[in-house]
Amino acid sequence: MGLPEIWFVIMAMLFLGFFVLEGFDFGVGMLMPFFGRLAKGDPGQHRRAALNTIGPVWDGNEVWLITAAGAMFAAFPDWYATLFSGLYLPLLVILVSMILRVVAIEWRGKIDDPKWRSLADVGIAAGSWLPAILWGMVFAMLVRGLPVDADKQVQLSLPDVFSAYPVLGGLTTVALFLFHGAVFVALKTEGAVRDDAFRFARWLSLPVTALIAAFGLWTHLFGDKSWTLVVVGFAVVAQLTAVVLVWRRTGEGWAFACTASVVAVLVILLFGSLYPDLVPSTLNPRWSLTIYNASSTPYTLKIMTWAALIFAPLAMVYQGWTYWVFRKRISAEKIPAPAGLSRRLS
Amino acid sequence: MDTLDVSRWQFGITTVYHFIFVPLTIGLAPLIAVMQTVWHLTGNATWYRLTRFFGKLFLINFALGVATGIVQEFQFGLNWSEYSRFVGDVFGAPLAIEGLAAFFFESTFIGLWIFGWTTLPRLVHLGCIWVVAIAVNASAFFIIAANSWMQHPVGARFNPHTGRAELTSIMAMFTNNTAIAAFSHAVFGAFLTAGTFVAGVCAWWMLRAGSQECPEHDADARPMYRPATILGCLVVLASSAGLLLTGDTQGKLMFAQQPMKMASAESLCHTRTDPDFSILTVGTHNNCDSVTHLIEVPYVLPFLAEGRFTGVRLDGVKDLQESYQSKFGPRDYRPNLFVTYWAFRAMIGLLAVPALFAVVALWLTRGGRIPKARWLSLFALATLPTPFLANSAGWVFTEMGRQPWVVAPNPTGDQMIRLNVADGVSHHSAAMVVASLATFTMIYAVLAVIWFWLIRRYVVEGPQEHDSEPAPPTPPGDDALAPLSFAY
Repeated sequence: MGLPEIWFVIMAMLFLGFFVLEGFDFGVGMLMPFFGRLAKGDPGQHRRAALNTIGPVWDGNEVWLITAAGAMFAAFPDWYATLFSGLYLPLLVILVSMILRVVAIEWRGKIDDPKWRSLADVGIAAGSWLPAILWGMVFAMLVRGLPVDADKQVQLSLPDVFSAYPVLGGLTTVALFLFHGAVFVALKTEGAVRDDAFRFARWLSLPVTALIAAFGLWTHLFGDKSWTLVVVGFAVVAQLTAVVLVWRRTGEGWAFACTASVVAVLVILLFGSLYPDLVPSTLNPRWSLTIYNASSTPYTLKIMTWAALIFAPLAMVYQGWTYWVFRKRISAEKIPAPAGLSRRLS
Repeated sequence: MDTLDVSRWQFGITTVYHFIFVPLTIGLAPLIAVMQTVWHLTGNATWYRLTRFFGKLFLINFALGVATGIVQEFQFGLNWSEYSRFVGDVFGAPLAIEGLAAFFFESTFIGLWIFGWTTLPRLVHLGCIWVVAIAVNASAFFIIAANSWMQHPVGARFNPHTGRAELTSIMAMFTNNTAIAAFSHAVFGAFLTAGTFVAGVCAWWMLRAGSQECPEHDADARPMYRPATILGCLVVLASSAGLLLTGDTQGKLMFAQQPMKMASAESLCHTRTDPDFSILTVGTHNNCDSVTHLIEVPYVLPFLAEGRFTGVRLDGVKDLQESYQSKFGPRDYRPNLFVTYWAFRAMIGLLAVPALFAVVALWLTRGGRIPKARWLSLFALATLPTPFLANSAGWVFTEMGRQPWVVAPNPTGDQMIRLNVADGVSHHSAAMVVASLATFTMIYAVLAVIWFWLIRRYVVEGPQEHDSEPAPPTPPGDDALAPLSFAY
């Protein structure tokens, strides 16, 4: 395996980390407004409990994306340049929504006021729903190919974005992240919030499974590799296992391991279908960006490999430790009073 | 406006905006770590209260720095894709290493610090804020190493086959003299910002606590606000000295590496021996002939350039323009003279305000004194924005002064490693970039208003009652449910 292949695998792993970890952050953010609607109790406390399940970790999870973008720039500059300029508007929406999410999460508890909190909740919802849909669409467009011309430029048109396969990709990621997030909340909470989380997961279980199977098969058909069918099969089995566990309301840990595996194999499926292309050209296959014609020099890739080998496992260790430190469940019943200030000085 | 102009406006606005918040993060994280360390070592709860107080202000600010930082990472590809193709092999590496070696640490350990007050053992919790403090500074190093390569490309060669710059030595890039000077200058600027923030806020509170306005805080003036003011003032003075020294080093490098930038900063149109440093000029600065120097100081400019007072010959804008044209072809190689000239002076002039405030505040608090003068309170408030503006002015100067180059040619390096800004921009329609520029500007404006309002609200509230005593660490296994501290 040469350096371009190694870096393709590292890129897949960075996006895998991002989707597995931010996947449940997005899921929790998307589900947040629905907590406390059904169960008895103060809906505000339920929402706070749900948000605090990702509280200590979401910021670190987001770095997987920052690092993936930086690594793409360093290892495959043409990939970074063509993808980011070609998909200008979808990525712009993702950026804006992620800005809103960061400040909404961080600032929500700073002022103890219902209007302030509902404003922050709009930011969290927008910042979770939009990226959850758009990342699926972006990767589906990438696998299907973009109109890359001889100068590596892409002129995106509306049918490129809003055709059946990218839309199915967006629906799949949004559904999968909702399910993944619901299972995560079930794993991290007790009492009424956990009951709600199970309820949401059960409602979602069938549509999510159908979407994963459909999108997985379609992606398999796009590629020319027989092994991707095995990956799709694995995703469906893991998903069904999670569904069974969710319906029996037991083993959230195992259910979470299953949903995390589904997200992980979905990323493997997407990158596997892409390989060895980075951006397949729909105009002329000779204009496709590949791991060979879009990569950096061996020297740069070697430096980057050392940096990744040292720091990525280290990051996994201390991020893993964070999850262990905050391993205890939380509940809406035992949450302390909001610590934010009133809007005006009393 | 064409796509190039709009894209430049967008990059300028989003970057200057991002760097309003970042210096406070870079400087305040170590200061909070120091406060928490003092509490840890002495057990004095005053420093615990200060840690919590500035910790909350830090987090309000940190959020916006992180949020606007994602834009920076994406924007090279979004709007400067041709630049990204040309430099990616070189420029991408420090950005990726920043993510791996710095940003991962800072984002993970800030979460541990926010939520770990009662969950983590105290020493481990203290370690978390130190990791954040070191990581934010490491972040600054990698980003500035990347930026300095655009100012002074080293450790790379031009590959005619691929038509791009390619890295030959990462060590040369990280030990670039421009990078080391710019990094230390920017970090001193960050410490100036944070020192001013701590000194200004605490001086204002010291005077407020001692007045009739808030008698309930009276007891805090001496044990809490006075030492914190002094700490802030000492940081301001130390970083002012650091800024002068590193700024001087940077200036000398710039005269050698980017003579056009310095000639523009001086409105020096014609090559002269021992020109005077002008403080005030008038005229339409982009037309050399109309510039009139009104107030001038001798000896300063030769010293800034080469460390000598006489016998220094400095190239003027007109002669540099001619020599660039003969080397790189016909084109205008002059940056915006008005902006470079005044941004340079604004940067230096604004530094004087916090330095003066620090001297005055230290004098008035000498020997255990608690000042009562109302004007000091106003002076403190007026000083607060100045380091933020000075940081922005400095970056506007150095980035606008680099124009029209996006990668300025290194006079002693590979002459083919150079990129004109017009050749770096993505091929978007101007309308699309106008739309994104308008979106960013509107959202950023709203967020800036909220940021300011939140910071002001928390400053005016002061250290909160429920933060006056540190909560005891929970014994392990005591409770199946996690107690939340600092929860959202």
